[in-house]
Amino acid sequence: MKFQQCQLSNGLTLIAETNPAVHSVAAGFFVRTGSRDETTLISGVSHFLEHMAFKGDERFSADDINRIFDEIGAKYNASTSEEVTMYYAAVLPEYLERALELLSALMQPSLRQEDFDMEKNVILEEISMYEDQPSFTCYDQIMATHFAGHPLGQSILGSNESITALSSQQMRDYHRQQYHTGNIILAVAGNCDFDLLVTLAEKHCSRIPRGIAERTRPDFQPRPAVSLITREGSLQQNLMQMGDAPKGNDPLRFAAELLSVVVGDDSGSRLFWELVDPGYAESCDLGFSEYDGAGAWMSFLCCSPEDVAANLERCRRVFEDVSTHGITVEELEQARNKVASRIVLRGERPMGRLSLLGGNWLYRQEYRTIADDLKVIRGVTMQDIHELLQRFPIRMITTAGVGPLSSLDLPADAGSDAG
Amino acid sequence: MTQRIESFRLPNGLLVVFEPMRDVQSAALSLLVPAGGVRDAAGRCGTAAILGEMFPRGADGLSSRELCAALDNLGLQRSFSVGSAHITFSAATTADRLADALPLISRMITRPHLTDEDFEPARDLIAQGLMSLEDEPRQRLGKVLRQHSYPAPWGNSSEGELTDLETITPDDVRRHFQAFVTPCDAILGIAGNLDFASLKDSIQSVFSEWRGPAVPPVTAGSCPVSPYHLPHDSAQTHLGLAWETVTYSDERYYEAWAAVSLLSGGMSSRLFTEVREKRGLCYAISASLSTLKDQARVMAYAGTTSERAQETLEVTVAEVLRLHEGITEDELQRCKARAKSSLIMQQESTSSRASSLARDMYLLGRVVTLDEIHHRIDSLNVPQVKNFIQEYAPRSMVLVTIGPQPLNADCVNRLA
Repeated sequence: MKFQQCQLSNGLTLIAETNPAVHSVAAGFFVRTGSRDETTLISGVSHFLEHMAFKGDERFSADDINRIFDEIGAKYNASTSEEVTMYYAAVLPEYLERALELLSALMQPSLRQEDFDMEKNVILEEISMYEDQPSFTCYDQIMATHFAGHPLGQSILGSNESITALSSQQMRDYHRQQYHTGNIILAVAGNCDFDLLVTLAEKHCSRIPRGIAERTRPDFQPRPAVSLITREGSLQQNLMQMGDAPKGNDPLRFAAELLSVVVGDDSGSRLFWELVDPGYAESCDLGFSEYDGAGAWMSFLCCSPEDVAANLERCRRVFEDVSTHGITVEELEQARNKVASRIVLRGERPMGRLSLLGGNWLYRQEYRTIADDLKVIRGVTMQDIHELLQRFPIRMITTAGVGPLSSLDLPADAGSDAG
Repeated sequence: MTQRIESFRLPNGLLVVFEPMRDVQSAALSLLVPAGGVRDAAGRCGTAAILGEMFPRGADGLSSRELCAALDNLGLQRSFSVGSAHITFSAATTADRLADALPLISRMITRPHLTDEDFEPARDLIAQGLMSLEDEPRQRLGKVLRQHSYPAPWGNSSEGELTDLETITPDDVRRHFQAFVTPCDAILGIAGNLDFASLKDSIQSVFSEWRGPAVPPVTAGSCPVSPYHLPHDSAQTHLGLAWETVTYSDERYYEAWAAVSLLSGGMSSRLFTEVREKRGLCYAISASLSTLKDQARVMAYAGTTSERAQETLEVTVAEVLRLHEGITEDELQRCKARAKSSLIMQQESTSSRASSLARDMYLLGRVVTLDEIHHRIDSLNVPQVKNFIQEYAPRSMVLVTIGPQPLNADCVNRLA
């Protein structure tokens, strides 16, 4: 594998990891924009815009985009998070140019009114679809609760109201403000020739305007809070909790990733043995979420409503024990082995590499090989874990739930003063 | 794409099929044992599901935690899944560590403890999973549609039934294990950067002592009637349609594949274009082939807010029927292009190859090489696919809905 980068003549950054041993190539535009970059008035516009990108520009109609991507056998899609909108296609090497041509058209869509009106229905359907999935609803709720007052608390999908009220002009304004070379990078991973890639990218990406990245990263202190969405007919209770963890650019993030595996991986972790293995909870895990200028521990619990109080107390004891006494050398080694294997397996496919490649660059302007990642995971010490827990003990501050319960008796330190 | 496929059978009956992959660092395996949900005794639906949950809870003198730590230290990503025909154990790690994992895997599959103490928590987890399923209408629809599409026990829920779980005992689970976790009809697919000779030695040494009887044939009963509506206080109405098609082993399978692909193979396919893009009726719409060994269905799904559900149903059914009015060369070409690209990309994934190897062996008794699939797909033509669509036009459709209100099923009933 070989890493190369360059700045195209319009200022767009192109990064590539080429690998002649694989059969396909994946290309993606990573746009530094998402729900955190919206105002309440246009909540959901980033995600809606991601859908509208596939409606094409003056050269390609919506039908053309879908048809041509299918003609070249592309695996293609897009995703929107709080911070990044990503458009990607994985193709056989001979179709790279066609894929780049289409992907670059997605960056400058026409945003036609009739397409906008029709797609609005699809977005509203998507909002309803997620409403029928309690774990997604719970995620939205914990983000809104934990990051209340901070842009990260804004919903990715928006609401029925915000989407209904959104105009195509507002979307055009947002697009102009966010889709420029200061916020976009083009990343490519897999079987391709870099010189050819530069030529193709120059040819197809020149219309992306120049610009300078701007994003507010307000200081933020989460405040204890509990927020429950009561659904009387539900059988199971979903709960999520969040607490402070290292930010996306903190070197402690690697230790945090390993600690989350020790404490809350979906099998073989502290939470697994305390709650899932004995059958107390259907699932219970802890993750580490890193954001641009923020970071959080995020736990998830799904169990019978009558077991919620006991299970939350079990979680709290696990978190407190780890925060006070740390973990064992064996646990750290086991987590290193698990994570190392995941890194290798994920890295085998161009699509798996693409998201890491683009993400690392967008967040930190850095390139990391699989070997770099393995080395850093191997290098995390007990001292690092100790320092992490000193600075970021696993202490949940906010709680959100979806299910039959309308109130919670929370153990201490988990939003208890906000009921 | 020249593929080498190796296979052999151990004296105890275990069938092993292996594909070496030189350009990867990993290795993956997929072990099918004939102990799936169709083997659950009447009124004991969920026995296989509980067994699947109990395998990792200690084996051959190793406690649950010891087993887990040993496998984690080998970086083995793993899961059990319980389907209708099989309980499948899937795993992947770096190729250099698979040989060390094999003895542990063998001990876990062939000598699990299955103690009384481990039974209760396993059953509780299965019960909780079923309750969560009831809270998720889209997931639940899949289960209910299957029940209405295949005759029992093929349509039975391999996740179990809440009402049956209470009656299942630890002895039921142990009996299920004795009778059906057997090498006789088990298949092990392995793909990765491994040397065949040494892999063969390892497999022979770790699995040779496994013993078990052959499994009896399954007697099929009947399906519940449809249209069927399950009331649920949900934001959307979730609707599922199913109709008969040919199986994977059928001469005309690739034509059936093309027909479904035309409907739902990509974002330029008929259903996505007509139902979502042109009418904005839903976000999720799809159709796919579901194939058992001797029967197969096309299953379609759409989720849509209730006021638009009737129109979604009617447009979807109309699009399925409209296929036999004609298909174009271009749209068939697109299906072919997508398939060929997927075939090539499969060669980048050991997990997907391992499961294909095992699945082919079960459904066909041989592995279809990527070259052969490529050739079969390439040689499809419009008249041939059109002919299939006409001969196999749905003569009846199963309709299942979950949501606030039932739908008017005239468009489906009219077929019969």
